[in-house]
Amino acid sequence: MKHMTRKATRHVNQNEGLIFEKSSAGKAAWKLPPLDVPEVDSTSLLGGVERRDLGNMPEVSEIEIIRHFTRLSTWNYAIDLGMYPLGSCTMKYNPRVNEAVVRVEGIANGHPYQPEKISQGALQIIKTLSQCLIEITGMDAITLQPAAGAHGEMTGLLMVRAYHHSKGRPRKKVLIPDSAHGTNPATAAMVDYAVENLKSDSRGMVDISALAAQMNEDVAALMLTNPNTLGVFEQDIHKIADILHAKGGLLYMDGANMNALVGKVRPGDFGVDLMHLNLHKTFSTPHGGGGPGSGPVAVKKVLAPFLPKPVLVNKADGTLGFEYNRPQSVGRVRAFYGNFGMFVRALAYIQANGPDGLRQTTEDAVLNANYIRKGLEGAYELPYSTPTMHEVVFSDKLQAKKGVRTMDIAKRLIDYGFHPYTTAFPLIVPGAMMIEPTESESIEELDLFVEAMKSIAEEVEENAQTVLDAPHSTRVSRLDETAAARKPVLRWKPVT
Amino acid sequence: MAYPTDRKYTKEHEWIQPNGNTAAIGITDHAQESLGDIVFVELPKVGAELTSGKTFGTVESVKAVSDLFAPASGTVTEINGDLATSPEKVNKDAHGAWMIKISLKNPKELDSLLSSSDYDKFVAEEGGH
Amino acid sequence: MRYLPKSPADREAMLKAMGLRSVDDLFAPIPAEYRLNRDLKIPRQMAESEIVDYFRQRSRENAEGYVSFLGAGAYSHYRPVIIDSLISRGEFLTAYTPYQAEISQGTLQSIFEFQTMICELTGMEVANASMYDGSTAAAEAVMMAVRLTGRRSVIVARSLHPEYREVLATYATHQGMPLSTAGFGENGRVNLADLEKSISAETACVLIQSPNFFGTIEDVAAVADIVHRNGALLVVSIAEAVSLGIVEPPREADIIAMEAQSFGVPLGFGGPYCGVIATREKFVRQMPGRLVGQTVDKHGKRGFVLTLATREQHIRREKATSNICTNQALVALMVNIFMTVYGKVGLRELAKQNLAKAAYAAAQFGKQSTVLFGGAPRFNEFVVRTSEDSYAINNRLLGHKVIGGLPLKKFYPELGNAALWCCTELSTRSSIDTAVGLVAESERSVRSAKQEAEEVAR
Repeated sequence: MKHMTRKATRHVNQNEGLIFEKSSAGKAAWKLPPLDVPEVDSTSLLGGVERRDLGNMPEVSEIEIIRHFTRLSTWNYAIDLGMYPLGSCTMKYNPRVNEAVVRVEGIANGHPYQPEKISQGALQIIKTLSQCLIEITGMDAITLQPAAGAHGEMTGLLMVRAYHHSKGRPRKKVLIPDSAHGTNPATAAMVDYAVENLKSDSRGMVDISALAAQMNEDVAALMLTNPNTLGVFEQDIHKIADILHAKGGLLYMDGANMNALVGKVRPGDFGVDLMHLNLHKTFSTPHGGGGPGSGPVAVKKVLAPFLPKPVLVNKADGTLGFEYNRPQSVGRVRAFYGNFGMFVRALAYIQANGPDGLRQTTEDAVLNANYIRKGLEGAYELPYSTPTMHEVVFSDKLQAKKGVRTMDIAKRLIDYGFHPYTTAFPLIVPGAMMIEPTESESIEELDLFVEAMKSIAEEVEENAQTVLDAPHSTRVSRLDETAAARKPVLRWKPVT
Repeated sequence: MAYPTDRKYTKEHEWIQPNGNTAAIGITDHAQESLGDIVFVELPKVGAELTSGKTFGTVESVKAVSDLFAPASGTVTEINGDLATSPEKVNKDAHGAWMIKISLKNPKELDSLLSSSDYDKFVAEEGGH
Repeated sequence: MRYLPKSPADREAMLKAMGLRSVDDLFAPIPAEYRLNRDLKIPRQMAESEIVDYFRQRSRENAEGYVSFLGAGAYSHYRPVIIDSLISRGEFLTAYTPYQAEISQGTLQSIFEFQTMICELTGMEVANASMYDGSTAAAEAVMMAVRLTGRRSVIVARSLHPEYREVLATYATHQGMPLSTAGFGENGRVNLADLEKSISAETACVLIQSPNFFGTIEDVAAVADIVHRNGALLVVSIAEAVSLGIVEPPREADIIAMEAQSFGVPLGFGGPYCGVIATREKFVRQMPGRLVGQTVDKHGKRGFVLTLATREQHIRREKATSNICTNQALVALMVNIFMTVYGKVGLRELAKQNLAKAAYAAAQFGKQSTVLFGGAPRFNEFVVRTSEDSYAINNRLLGHKVIGGLPLKKFYPELGNAALWCCTELSTRSSIDTAVGLVAESERSVRSAKQEAEEVAR
């Protein structure tokens, strides 16, 4: 390889089979204390419903389990190893103090049904985080119940529906820009709203005249991501809000890209009526290989009566408690109160930053994205020249001429020691390469990334096959996804 | 690609091959080509009523789903069960791998569909965009 | 700010490289009138030690050092320490959803093992990579049954967790899914006659929980018989996963919607937990959520990928099986490690201890109070009816650092002064005896007060 990277070196990692393949009868990693109550005859207690066989559950020792999962872990890329520039995913540093405080006994072991008077600590955490998020978004009220961003979207649209219903007519459809994330239309369908696509203009922003033409009294809301998935701030946001409000519609903001705005501008100040946040993006809670997330929904006053129940309130005796009697509430969207462990982490993150730290974080995130944009312009096609906020979208147009597509370049980045950017999204950019560095990258890491991307662009010109066959350095090469989908093997079975 | 002349075509890339009052329906070679490796074909049940121009099923590749549109109205009389276990047959021989057979409600509907040469031209123009 | 890897000079250099004077130039696209020209009104920047102190303080206000007999969908089981050591590895903790399979094999293989073990334990053929929690998994399972049957009505057992019922009601409202309820009988199980009466050719599915909210194990076969005779599907919710160690799984179910919190997930005041859906292979294309499948790479080496993605929102958009995207992967990893630690033999022994503790406690409570629903087997929860109000009793128990059973008045007023008690392997005999003794005291004092009143009346 001519263009060897400065960032990564190949190293040996261990092979490891499935845990079931290590199992043999009689090995154990558990030990229970002696029973201090009389033994029971489970057969007489359970009769016909007694289970006697746990099938192919494994039997292994503790050291094997430690090695098993440690070996597996070394096959993953992670933020802790390096830059993870997935656009719209906000893969920022996950502070370790968050993990420490969530494990403090009274926080880790609190039961959701323990009496409120001995839950004041947990309720205070919920209250403080709620107040911070309300201030950050410029809204009036909030629910922390939704378990993830998409769940927040659903909660938000349920509230939209309830709001319009209270005005006498629930309305029929939701407008969604063509640059939107797939969860937006999927959510609208779950709440029984028809989806109407709204096209983008040549700047990659909502086409104002199209919006004006499509807006009518059947439209319940516009679901807008701002900055949008091109990393572009909707400059006509006030016009958008005005057009919606004039016909009684609501402006819903998908807060996936809030990392571009915190401390610099508040959605509540530019006309947003309700929005969800992703604590696992903007507020540093770990992605954990795909969750858990948390998707609070912040709303303006007019929507507060419709918040899911229960709602946290100050009680007459000065303590905090939940109020369940909420006649206009959309109901519950989850058992208990939401992903509390994520609230703890998000609050610890906000405390570690303070107002100055959050503002600096946003500025650095935007600075980093623009630095990458500047570094890669020319080497890759920039489909929209509109100013970039926290993420930048290039396309594979130049490389496609050599038969190299965005996914190939992404796979080649792996050999250079980076996680790929987001591919194939947003849909309005064919061959999209969506790069979000976040604030967590140093100038050195950014320079290495730019260098890697430029090097790949050169490889495409000189020896496209190297890129097409990438990755070359991983323990598995490209996997056969077609075979996986045609004849799904979704679980291990013993060889018979 | 030469498109067989024993059948008609739609702008949504289905073909329909009449045989008296019944007809077989599938997707064109051009369609399978642009979809890539097909991993699943979802078809209606025997007895289902199709309306010309409306969806009657889907074909899936690893990362895309496409609706299937009925070239003509009618009642499903047979489905190609092979495709449930071997969807790759559509990739291998799109014009041989029929998906469903229907009894035609109004055989005249086929008159408004594209001939093989019209379809060929349509595909060429569409690709030129 | 300690998380930001830049010096002021770095920032200057970067701006200079871009030909900008100030970072404000980068925010020019935001109309000036909306820009925030003040500090956010949030707590000031705190040192790490202050943050730790803050949460320790909150912890002290939060039931530290109490013995608890609460269950009801959130269970206190011992968590082997290796769970936290392993999930704290940055490669698991700080990775994204495994879309790039070549550098995500660790996450992918562990999910594949999770899916396999959930199948083994539930008796189902396929399981997904996780859902938000047990309540939303139940709601999504019901929506799945509606898609599979093309029918819309849903019957829900009243013995299903009341908050799960509320969540389902929220999801169902705008899906055009009429909900009705099947009551429970004297033995706490679904009233079969009631079910027979309400089921019809419109019924898409019947949703029950086993062990149910009262800890009673349902006669799943009998319910399934009625459901299947009517061409509907049976969805079974399992909230207490440890029961699977010693209770036959509901093999007659078509879909199982599970809460796996019991398997090594901290109570954490209600979340994050770990929902999961398991079902029959033939239904897999209507199953929501992510799935990992086994395949091979270019050289024939075994590897794992996210598969059947066309069901999901990022491809099918408004026609997706669900809008779910982020799920509970790290919590599923905790569950996976827990299942691996206890395994084939340990899970049974663990479940057996739960059974024994609850049986002992129920017998002790039964000496002074009424233990309801004795006519059917139960796992580790049981309902005790007392003479005195359950909240009043619990208030006295708190004085002894004991959190009593969950008062059921709010959810089941017809049961009177009833409370749902839970005993796990962590409930010691002495703590059970303490609680039983305090409840017995209440019963005796109510009885003697009653006697006095009767004597006065005489």
